[in-house]
Amino acid sequence: MNQPQIARVFNSPVIDQVGVVERAKRFTTRSIKSEAKMQGLEMVLSMIDLTTLEGMDTEGKVKQLCYKAQHLHDSIDGLPTVAAICVYPNFVGLAKRCLAGSGINVASVATAFPSGNSSLEIKLADVSMAVSEGADEIDMVISRGRFHRGEYNFVFDEIAAVKAACGEARLKTILETGELGSLDKVRLASDIAIAAGADFIKTSTGKIQPAATMPVTLVMLEAIRDHFQKTGLMVGMKPAGGISKSKLALHYLIMVKETLGDAWLDPKWFRFGASSLANDVLMQIAKQRTGAYQAANYFAID
Amino acid sequence: MTESNENSGKSDRLEVLKTYKMYIDGKFPRTESARYYQPVVDGTSLGNVCLASRKDVRNSVVAARSAQSAWARRTAYNRAQILYRIAEMLEGRSQQFLDELLRQGVEAESAETQIAKSIDRLIYYAGWCDKYQQVFSSVNPVASSHFNFSTLEPVGVVFVVASRDCPLLGLISLIAPVIASGNTCVVLASENSPLSAITFAEVLATSDVPGGVVNILTGRVEELSEHFSRHLDVNAIACDGLGAELDTMIKEFASETIKRVKIYNQDWSAEAAANPYLIQDFCEVKTTWHPIEQITESGASY
Repeated sequence: MNQPQIARVFNSPVIDQVGVVERAKRFTTRSIKSEAKMQGLEMVLSMIDLTTLEGMDTEGKVKQLCYKAQHLHDSIDGLPTVAAICVYPNFVGLAKRCLAGSGINVASVATAFPSGNSSLEIKLADVSMAVSEGADEIDMVISRGRFHRGEYNFVFDEIAAVKAACGEARLKTILETGELGSLDKVRLASDIAIAAGADFIKTSTGKIQPAATMPVTLVMLEAIRDHFQKTGLMVGMKPAGGISKSKLALHYLIMVKETLGDAWLDPKWFRFGASSLANDVLMQIAKQRTGAYQAANYFAID
Repeated sequence: MTESNENSGKSDRLEVLKTYKMYIDGKFPRTESARYYQPVVDGTSLGNVCLASRKDVRNSVVAARSAQSAWARRTAYNRAQILYRIAEMLEGRSQQFLDELLRQGVEAESAETQIAKSIDRLIYYAGWCDKYQQVFSSVNPVASSHFNFSTLEPVGVVFVVASRDCPLLGLISLIAPVIASGNTCVVLASENSPLSAITFAEVLATSDVPGGVVNILTGRVEELSEHFSRHLDVNAIACDGLGAELDTMIKEFASETIKRVKIYNQDWSAEAAANPYLIQDFCEVKTTWHPIEQITESGASY
């Protein structure tokens, strides 16, 4: 109902869906070989948020994930560690202890993840709990139901309130693009999240299909670019869900480089939310080093 | 009138030539390398055939691996039904196979025998699917309170280099025992006689064999041998008539991963060429120690 005015407040452009899909497809035609490929693969590893967000998560699973984050594949020298591990709030303290001194961040989902259907008090309490346990990063979800009802002010205020509750922790705002319906909505939600103070914008929870796709990520990257050109302030990007092959991950890096520039090719500004991606990248690196194609059962389960 | 009709029927009709493509993951793709070669028989080209690259090997091993556990989980009875079904479909297409074998330079009489024996061989191994386990498994005497038994399990993904000289029967004589126990395979067809292998792939595609269980490539074994024999996700190799030099090279590369290599240099039309030991060649023995109580005075237990 009040969508037109609000959309004008955020000044979100209309998205040319066909054009975005075409543009995204062209990033997949770059040829990345040998040394550049190895550098790209190691960069992908250093940008991964190794994730476990299951109802059946246990302390053992989180400990195993933390070990994996620090020892990706010990038989290959000189590998970076992943950027962060991503868990539910009740495992933050444990993960923090496991990763002490490793330089790997602990990210926690919060705000009634993954649906976000709860009161603001409960969401803020969720965030405070994760932050007090030591979370370095908070991954919040926006209220998609409210967003679809056109209550953009509500969505904005909620993100701003969570940002305030984060304190030192960096805030990643999950738009759950698979539930937004159109690229126009994705762009609007990105602009709202950036204006409300998100340090990162993130595509998906990983619980809804489709999760991250290249066109959706491109629209979000362009929102970040426009914000940077207007204000000079950088915002990070995290595609999550559905990126499990290293070739696809390299395509994403190319898209980031060609849309935002080299400054974003850094774990501080770009992340992959993934669990199985790490092993695929490791298999590619091992293939490059040894010359032999690899098998999954030679790599640690994550 | 009649005569002119007959004449025009012959001259106006443009013959539609068949493109022989490879068979990977239940689909018929061209090689990713876009290369081709022309096998020549008696000075006549058989047509343009895909020249597989190492990446085709990689892709088909991925397909075989992902199909393997589901194929092995099917009941032995069901695998038998499917092998029987392949034989049925082959029978219905025997004329086409005859034509192609003749084009590939096989004598008419020999071609007919080869086709008949190929069909019979599939039936033979269909029969063995739910019987080899009883023949090769054992209950072992042990000196402790254990019920100790050994059963066969499929090794996993098998790379088959098919016979050069026996393009249909040699191919089927190896594929059938390999898949009977729940292995999946990647097959490199005879370089000079690849037509019947691809047509056999069409039979497989229409006989309830799940995609990925059998994958068929066409190309040069000299080019691909290093890649499949060093591949960590290939569990065994079956070669037929490659010559001592290639056999040794394949064995050396395979030794890096302690991979099983079986060399067959035999006359596939012989009665003895069909036997359950070929099934056993691609199985591993799993021995289970099951704790039991001694429950009778005589020592009988479990």
